[in-house]
Amino acid sequence: MTGGIGWWGLPIAMLGGAIRVSTPFLFVSLGETVTERSGRINLGLEGILVFGAMSAYAVAVRTGSPWTGVAAAALSGALFGALHGWICKFPKVNDVAIGIALMLFGSGLAFFFGKPYIQPAAPHLPAMSLGAWSSIPQLRAALEVNALFPAGIAAAFVLRWALRDTRAGLALRVVGDSSEAARALGIDADRVRLAATCFGGAMAAVGGAYLSLYYPGSWNENISSGQGLMAVALVIFARWNPIGCVAASLLFGGAGALGPALQSVGITHGYYLFYAAPYVLTLGAMIASSAPGRAGAGAPAELSIGT
Amino acid sequence: MTGASASDARPAAAAGPPGIGRSVPRRLEGIVIPLGALTAGLAAFSVFVLATGKSPATFFALAWRGGFGTWFSVQNTLSHASPLLLAGLCVALPARLGLVVIGGEGAIALGGTAAAVAGLSLRGWPPAVALAAMAAAGAGVGAVWLGAVGALRHFRAVNETIASLLLAYVAIAVMNQLVEGPLRDPASLNKPSTAPLPAAFRIGDIPGTEVHWGLVVGVIACILSWALIERTSWGFAARVAGGNVRAAEVQGLPVGRLIVAFTALGGAWAGLGGMIEVAAVQGSANASLASGYGYTGIVVAFLARQNPLAVIPVSLLLGGIAAAGSLIQIQMGLPNAAVLVLEGMVFLAILASDALYGRIPWLDPDLRRGEVGP
Repeated sequence: MTGGIGWWGLPIAMLGGAIRVSTPFLFVSLGETVTERSGRINLGLEGILVFGAMSAYAVAVRTGSPWTGVAAAALSGALFGALHGWICKFPKVNDVAIGIALMLFGSGLAFFFGKPYIQPAAPHLPAMSLGAWSSIPQLRAALEVNALFPAGIAAAFVLRWALRDTRAGLALRVVGDSSEAARALGIDADRVRLAATCFGGAMAAVGGAYLSLYYPGSWNENISSGQGLMAVALVIFARWNPIGCVAASLLFGGAGALGPALQSVGITHGYYLFYAAPYVLTLGAMIASSAPGRAGAGAPAELSIGT
Repeated sequence: MTGASASDARPAAAAGPPGIGRSVPRRLEGIVIPLGALTAGLAAFSVFVLATGKSPATFFALAWRGGFGTWFSVQNTLSHASPLLLAGLCVALPARLGLVVIGGEGAIALGGTAAAVAGLSLRGWPPAVALAAMAAAGAGVGAVWLGAVGALRHFRAVNETIASLLLAYVAIAVMNQLVEGPLRDPASLNKPSTAPLPAAFRIGDIPGTEVHWGLVVGVIACILSWALIERTSWGFAARVAGGNVRAAEVQGLPVGRLIVAFTALGGAWAGLGGMIEVAAVQGSANASLASGYGYTGIVVAFLARQNPLAVIPVSLLLGGIAAAGSLIQIQMGLPNAAVLVLEGMVFLAILASDALYGRIPWLDPDLRRGEVGP
């Protein structure tokens, strides 16, 4: 089953799996990093991701262009983000609870409109063959990389620069650390948060588009296995740092690839428990990275997540 | 909320307005605003239905007929409402302490599995003993599962919302592994299940109806939970801690024990719900245990504004809409997910209405007298 390379198949399959599985985590966590840096948390990303997966697939089926699908997903995600940002603007409204409502609402809308698109096949996003130099078929398969993966890595570096060295990044950090300081500087905190939540929604929806248009590459009601939520935990683990998001996404992607990789070398026993590995890892990371004493290390002061 | 610490800011908003000492003058507000938000959510949904080219009037007529119009549909509604009672309590109880625990689905799945194991290993015992053991196993496993979330929250400051949801995925994976592996009945071919429970260990229907006794269990659980919060010193302590954790700690209240106890009790109710699904509906443990009741329970709790007594009518309302789902699907050609869209819109409207408390002068005696602002 492993060809001529025996157990080497396992790390190679894990590497390929980590790249494939990590891409949605990367987009959702980068978007949520920006949202949380503004002092809001959007737990609705899970629903936005599912709606993004559906809208990307539906538009790709209709237009024949997967990239139009990705753009449509980003637009839908920004609209959901705007809804979250707008409702949370009102006093006493709890952003965590609104996120949960949005999670159910986004999934519901996606299932409602997505029903006719379960059958038809959409054109997939193209992959780049980075492993063409190798003669090992497993390695070549592992290095079939979708263009969204390097785009996500690039986005992480752009975001790090933008957060540190641009006016917009400074405004975002001020708003996230103190509404009062923002007011004193003449920054409209609600507008910055609205924009940050829109951006987070758009990124999450692109993550969903990757799921439906590349890997696993189909639309159905179980398309997401909680990536939208795990990415929120991952942001805390990455300490609100875009580059940390890349590392964390690869780690979690690798954990998510464990089950399929073991299957590829012929181990099927305990499949469901390996399937649970990324959730256990996420929880372990949360326990390790949050302790009563050092709760706030790197956290935006206005954030209500209470890590 | 600026300047307030995270723990000060969260609870009041999550659990509704802190009402200690002023609950009587605010009672009118607590009825009018949710009803107004419900109406607004239904109105938004009507616009949505209109936009898809269907008639909202037909939708609501069918929802009434399919949920409440006939004795048959009322029984259907009660059956759908039954698991929502316990799933709603699972969210409502921790929320009184300002905790948003949304992983009830996992406690249902593992509680049901544990109950099936208990029932199958007590074959031949008197049914009353076996059923009690099954209930204890389900509730116990659920209590440990979500009590751990409370403990992590208190002792390690791990966010309970995300932790509980992650644990729900883990619980469902563990259930699937057990049901497809060591516990699988070889005779269950298409749908891997545990062996069927002995007929004597099944929970039957309330005489004269086709509704199982789980409904009664759920209603009693709601009343007990309400009494716990409103009529005991533990409940009072929880309400104080829910209003302001720091104040509660200063007064020497055992906040840590309260948090673990309330999350564990919520988990126990959800686990008991899993046991009832196994003993009254499925007859064995299988993947159908994770069919989304835990998530609908979140909507129930928030629509009930975390009040255990209000969980009863809200469960009936959502149970009725769910019961009417297939009728609506057949008669109007709307996908089943229309029910989810409706729930989502009402949920958003109810949460957004939090902004209105203390801001409508004719509902608030304090504002009317012009004494205090919000």
